[in-house]
Amino acid sequence: MSDAQAIEQGGEAGFGDYVALLKPRVMSLVVFTALVGVLVAPGQVHPFVAMTAILFIALGAGASGALNMWWDADIDVIMKRTAKRPIPAGRVRPGEALGFGLALSGIAVVMLALATNLLAAGLLAFTIFFYAVVYSMWLKRSTPQNIVIGGAAGAFPPMIGWVAVTGSVSIEAALMFMLIFMWTPPHFWALALFMNEDYSKAGVPMLTVTHGKKATRNHILVYTIALVPFALGAGFTSIGGPIYLVVSALLNAGFLWGAWRIWQRDETQAEADSYAVEKQVFKFSLLYLFLHFGAFLAEAALKPYGLGGW
Amino acid sequence: MSFRAEHEIHKRRLGRNLGLGAVLVAFVALVFGLTVVKVTNVGQMQGFDHVVRPEMVPATEAGKP
Repeated sequence: MSDAQAIEQGGEAGFGDYVALLKPRVMSLVVFTALVGVLVAPGQVHPFVAMTAILFIALGAGASGALNMWWDADIDVIMKRTAKRPIPAGRVRPGEALGFGLALSGIAVVMLALATNLLAAGLLAFTIFFYAVVYSMWLKRSTPQNIVIGGAAGAFPPMIGWVAVTGSVSIEAALMFMLIFMWTPPHFWALALFMNEDYSKAGVPMLTVTHGKKATRNHILVYTIALVPFALGAGFTSIGGPIYLVVSALLNAGFLWGAWRIWQRDETQAEADSYAVEKQVFKFSLLYLFLHFGAFLAEAALKPYGLGGW
Repeated sequence: MSFRAEHEIHKRRLGRNLGLGAVLVAFVALVFGLTVVKVTNVGQMQGFDHVVRPEMVPATEAGKP
């Protein structure tokens, strides 16, 4: 782009715009869960290799975020929350974001394979494909169950971290996956209850738009109940232990109580206190996931002192 | 004395170029570090290639031409 063109159009991307394409906030969650996956896995891996693995798992997640922004630019421009993203704001052209996302996906997968093993790299490639193609291109705009199945993409990082160390998938890795997978729907539906306006304008079939808020409240309760066995079950495997079980029991009781309160309310009550309970539960759900993975980490950290694990 | 008018866009480009430079340097350092770790952790390794290594030939076939 020539100087004159760039100045006229008022937009040429800065370094930060390319960073924004990677969805750094989502990446921070990926870094944390992948780190836990690496650290709780049995077996030794050189710290530098572990760091490299986490970096490229996060980069792969970021690359899928860029691909998602490329595909969703038309709806991002409509929603207030996303209108300032680099593509709808006109600072990055869609083609650039596509090239950026594809190139980084390739780099992340190849580097993870070189640093660790082919299975971990294959899982990362599948995660990127799942988020960009299955979720963004296919499910997001076609079914109100988009969140449920799309949640799988966010659930893979701890499993990839585990596989990077051990070279195989196990019950522990599967339970970490299920914990995030089952947690995603109630977490996002609680958000959707008080963010409804935006999704309806963009025509994204969120459950709140297609089936109404009452059905969404029912779904939140059912999914929260279904989440409990996976969360507690992980406590009886090699990555769990008494500390994890206590933390998990308290958090699940809290989350169930929140889901129950959401289920009992109707729209008039919710509007009267501007969705106070829904907002509370949404915030609690973030803490719920963070502390569960924190507890896995605590068990692994205390194991050498004979305090963690079973 | 500068003959070109400075615009905000030039600053943004400089930032982008410096950022990309830093990322590339970091990537090179990372690949180098990874190589060092892989090579030092792989155990005993012979430091030559493209030569006959009699110790790798099965014992029964060692004497055959």
